[in-house]
Amino acid sequence: MELIAEILVSALLVIAGLFGLLGSWGLVKLDDTMRRLHAPTKATTLGVGGVLIASMIYFAVFLDHLTFHELLITAFLFITAPITANFVAKAHMHRDIKERDLPPTGGQYGWAGYDEIGDAEQPIDTK
Amino acid sequence: MLKAILNRIIPHPQLTGFLLLTWLLLVNSISTGNVLLGLIIGLLIPGITQPFWPDRPKIARPLKAVEYVLLVLWDICVANVTVARIILFKSNANTHSHWIVVPLEVRSPEAITILAGTITMTPGTVTSMLAADASHLLVHCLHTDDPDAVRDEIKHRYERRLKEIFE
Repeated sequence: MELIAEILVSALLVIAGLFGLLGSWGLVKLDDTMRRLHAPTKATTLGVGGVLIASMIYFAVFLDHLTFHELLITAFLFITAPITANFVAKAHMHRDIKERDLPPTGGQYGWAGYDEIGDAEQPIDTK
Repeated sequence: MLKAILNRIIPHPQLTGFLLLTWLLLVNSISTGNVLLGLIIGLLIPGITQPFWPDRPKIARPLKAVEYVLLVLWDICVANVTVARIILFKSNANTHSHWIVVPLEVRSPEAITILAGTITMTPGTVTSMLAADASHLLVHCLHTDDPDAVRDEIKHRYERRLKEIFE
């Protein structure tokens, strides 16, 4: 039982480390801000996720007490990571991307960062 | 009358339960004191923040929500490997990035937020912007040869389920 747990924990740590490394490598290798944004999303999901699962197994098997902090960390990460990515993307688009470079919305109004519409027509605050 | 009073004290019953659960996970022990403290937090925070949050999201089918979470977790694992392969084995010139426009059918802000978050968390796609009238979502895709297929998958796999959960 302990051996299986040890193997599992080590494997998870190595996999997580590899994905973390890959995320950083992608950040260096890719050549455009929008593309670069894809790399860190990997490091946070499988990279951090693997370490957290390994930590849970380790504490449960070897130190005999179950912790749930890892679940909370995962939850907080899942809430904050997309928002950060969205902020970075929006900031980049405002600085460097013209509206004509984007595909049209296909709807009545343009993209939120470029088009102003009155409060009355705005069902949700999209800014 | 009783309902109105109860509504006053507990404006968001689910949020109260959720905060209590979060607090217990945070302190990592279940004792009377901690449950009481968690309840106090769970009652205070919804009470204070209620003016900012007048409509509470309705979750029509909680079981579907659980299924959705599991599905997204699985997709994250699969997509991680896909993107890892793109980063490792494809040159920059060979990577075909695309903007994808996803027309939205879901209307509630919560559903759109969760959909946008899901798209970002499944690697390979990042949500970039929402149309000014919240009718379309602008998504950046790292590598695809068929942008329409990606759009259809997002709509079919995630949006359809979210629609079932929230409406």
